[in-house]
Amino acid sequence: MSRDAGLDRPREVDPASPREPDPRLDPLILERESRLLATTWADPKGFFGWFSHVDHKSIGRRFIATAFVYFTFGGILAAIMRLQLSRPENHIVTADLYNQIFTMHGTTMMFLFAVPVMLALGVYFVPLMIGARAIAFPRLVAFGYWMFLFAGIFLYAFFLLNVGPDNGWFSYPPLAGPEYGAGKRADIWAQLITFTETSGLVVAVALITTVFKLRAPGMALNRIPIFVWAMLVVSFMTVFSMPAVVIASTGLILDRLVGTHFYNYAEGGDSLLFQHMFWFFGHPEVYIIFLPAQGMMSTMLATFSRRPVFGYLAIVLSIVSTAFIGFGVWVHHMFATGLPQLGQSFFTASSIMIVVPTGVQFFCWIATLWTGRLRFPVPMLYALSFFVVFLVGGLTGVMLAAVPLDLQVHDTFFVVAHFHYVLIGGSVFPLLGAIHYWFPKLTGRMLSERIGVAALALFFVGFNLTFFPQHILGLMGMPRRIYTYQPETGWGGLNLLVSIGAGVMTIGLLIYLYNIIVSLRRGAAAADNPWDASTLEWATSSPPPAYNFLPALTVSGRDPLWEHPESQPVVVGLHAEQRDVLVTHVMDAEPDHRKVFPEPSIWPFITAVTVSVMYIATLFTPWGLIWGSIPITIALIGWAWPRGRGKKPSELDADIRAGRVRPLEQVQ
Amino acid sequence: MPSRIQSALDSAGVQASRIEWLWWLMFWVCTAVFVAVVVALGMAVWRGRSADPERPSEATLMRGVAMATAATIVILIGLLVASVATGRAIGSPPQADPLTVQITGYQWWWSVEYVYPQPNLRFTTANELHLPVGRPILFKLRGADVIHSFWVPNLHGKTDLIPGRENTTWLQIDKPGIYRGQCAEFCGAQHAHMALVVVAESSDDFERWVVAQREPAPAPTTPAQSRGLNVIERGPCALCHTIRGTTAGARTAPDLTHFASRSTIAAGTLPNTPGYLAGWISDPQHVKPGSRMPPTGLSGEDLQAVLAYMETLK
Repeated sequence: MSRDAGLDRPREVDPASPREPDPRLDPLILERESRLLATTWADPKGFFGWFSHVDHKSIGRRFIATAFVYFTFGGILAAIMRLQLSRPENHIVTADLYNQIFTMHGTTMMFLFAVPVMLALGVYFVPLMIGARAIAFPRLVAFGYWMFLFAGIFLYAFFLLNVGPDNGWFSYPPLAGPEYGAGKRADIWAQLITFTETSGLVVAVALITTVFKLRAPGMALNRIPIFVWAMLVVSFMTVFSMPAVVIASTGLILDRLVGTHFYNYAEGGDSLLFQHMFWFFGHPEVYIIFLPAQGMMSTMLATFSRRPVFGYLAIVLSIVSTAFIGFGVWVHHMFATGLPQLGQSFFTASSIMIVVPTGVQFFCWIATLWTGRLRFPVPMLYALSFFVVFLVGGLTGVMLAAVPLDLQVHDTFFVVAHFHYVLIGGSVFPLLGAIHYWFPKLTGRMLSERIGVAALALFFVGFNLTFFPQHILGLMGMPRRIYTYQPETGWGGLNLLVSIGAGVMTIGLLIYLYNIIVSLRRGAAAADNPWDASTLEWATSSPPPAYNFLPALTVSGRDPLWEHPESQPVVVGLHAEQRDVLVTHVMDAEPDHRKVFPEPSIWPFITAVTVSVMYIATLFTPWGLIWGSIPITIALIGWAWPRGRGKKPSELDADIRAGRVRPLEQVQ
Repeated sequence: MPSRIQSALDSAGVQASRIEWLWWLMFWVCTAVFVAVVVALGMAVWRGRSADPERPSEATLMRGVAMATAATIVILIGLLVASVATGRAIGSPPQADPLTVQITGYQWWWSVEYVYPQPNLRFTTANELHLPVGRPILFKLRGADVIHSFWVPNLHGKTDLIPGRENTTWLQIDKPGIYRGQCAEFCGAQHAHMALVVVAESSDDFERWVVAQREPAPAPTTPAQSRGLNVIERGPCALCHTIRGTTAGARTAPDLTHFASRSTIAAGTLPNTPGYLAGWISDPQHVKPGSRMPPTGLSGEDLQAVLAYMETLK
């Protein structure tokens, strides 16, 4: 740390002698500084102010809450499907409505819940875990949130108008093409993709920049928390995979709207092209959902084993290699399309190989537990449930990688069972655990342990009751996406069991929700670090102040809160009167320069509105693109219009001369 | 157990039994892995509960992780070899003298053409296949409108029917019996009601069936039957359906020449009985909403006449 400019180590003290307090950590000075910072970093109040927030915690909370609202919608749709399938030839919903419902369920869960909620937790926790004062590009992140909010409103508004997409969340042409996908339903789906991808891409870019440039001094790349690694990797995956689906869905819109022939075989197009591009995105997306959950697992297991997670390097390399291999397995979604044998063998091999890095993480976690001193609060119980449930999904994944077996169970309930074990087991279990874990930081209150255990027990039992029998149904020949089945198929009994299981699972989730609502009002107040965890988000109050940390932190290891934080240098020289953020180097996080961050602004909201108007208008006429871009241009001009940012440099110099703020010392 | 006429675990053919073997291999290997990991997890948790367990060194742990990873890789390679070997076995091209069947998927039914080198021996039927036991059968698969998937679990895995492409698959049946297949790629409103029946029978029975299927429809013998044929030829039916030997020759809906010999109506939606048939003809949209068959609006007498005629289409 000797070369660090802008860092000031509190006087080296002889551990034997009583410590002299550092004058800059004097409570009175900190108090004054914190009031200044709170004013500087506060989001505006009032009705219009609400639309101008740029604090990553405010945006993150909204993001998480909105994603869970959409999760609830998707869950209600699933419950309707389970009612319909509970017995043969049921008539609770029509075929047409059922097809909309299962499409909406898949689309909601993938595009409006699973990916956004992971990015949302990243928005909230990544800056905190790396000791940053803010997220990079805060206005862009706010814009990303508004686009996400509007995406869901857009989709559900059309669904309530009976124009919900009905071709499955994958929306293959030619079924979704101009000839067979009548009306606007397939357009709604394709445009939803555009909405969510806009949101996902900007958030991913902001997260990458945050992790690379805003880490606390001393947090070299080999010291960043594993959850942050996971978010960094999935942000890159987002950037590389989403363009594929944007091209796929844009091609679909063009085919439908202006009569191009990307997917029309009769005019030289190819419907399989869509499938390749969709799954080139679609499979990495599974890992975009899964890797953050693995990061949560490493975080929670370390905390509740009271030791650093075993095999940091192995786990980080596993995450990175999963990301790479994840781009090479997409064809296993297309084994039944009649691809050449050799190609199929290659994708079998890659799909099987991706088990290895996940296995390494599993073994490292077991080693962590093996040598830990364990505690078992609710988040830990979720983490332990994850092992059992996800393992089943991982093993059926190996089965699905085998082409011959896949040909039998592809597009059956076996696959439905498999990916719910992977997505719910692999992601939702850790996610619900992580919400328990981070709830004190998010809200300042603890969730009830007692209610939490009840919710988990019902959720666990209900989940297995719902999805395990579906393996058998698939092997018994029940295809996916059927709105009913005949009694002579013999699927009635198991389907009833599945539906009962879904009911139990629903009760579990409702109790979880009840726990959140009750604890928000009456939960025990949370300490700064209630779990005695090691990462930086626990180094500030619960919930954190607008400026995150005071004093701004530095670190010298992977587990800063377990490593004598009192002898740690702190960052000085950041102005409290303006939004100063310390930018650090990518590799070693040495201080680089000071950057003034943007103030709250309503323009991201206005821009999101104009972009949404343009997206919706283009559903109906290509001219929507032309006319719709005019308000967007105006909004972007408003966004970028030069305004006084805090204090001008000359005033600052005056401040510095007067000793009111400390300048950042020159680097080297 | 319920009836097993549509089950991957009740194989009745060469391909399905190979896949079933692979399934049970995978099942037992994965079960063993599951048990091993859960036991390891349980032991780890058990140790961690005690206050101050004797800790192995980090190096020992790393050896353990490395060994577990190596074991994983070995198991995975074994499964990969088994998978590729099974894939080669079921993917081999047909041996001598295959029967060739061309299947075309429509929203929401199957057109089935038995292909012979001599054009006059070819014939078309729909939604119900008869296949000989013990003879390789080559399927040529096409989608007429959207993507469908041909799947008879007792016989083989699925292969997609893609518009603008021709996929092939082949299978060989071991056990005579009646099997059910179902479209396995979501294909629109009535994807749930797109089934097909496979009757696997001895070569002799099969050849007799083929000879019968090649015949045109018998001429009507009673006045009611004549009136029924008249309604079909002059009414809406002939706009879409074919009945060989009559003037009805349109090809956008199932061939009805030997309709009465089939066991189901509307691609496995209903049993083929006069009562269900009457209901289907008068209001297909009630039975199979979204079906491409419009309500026919036949009068009661016309409907009875059509039923009388269709009963003769053995």
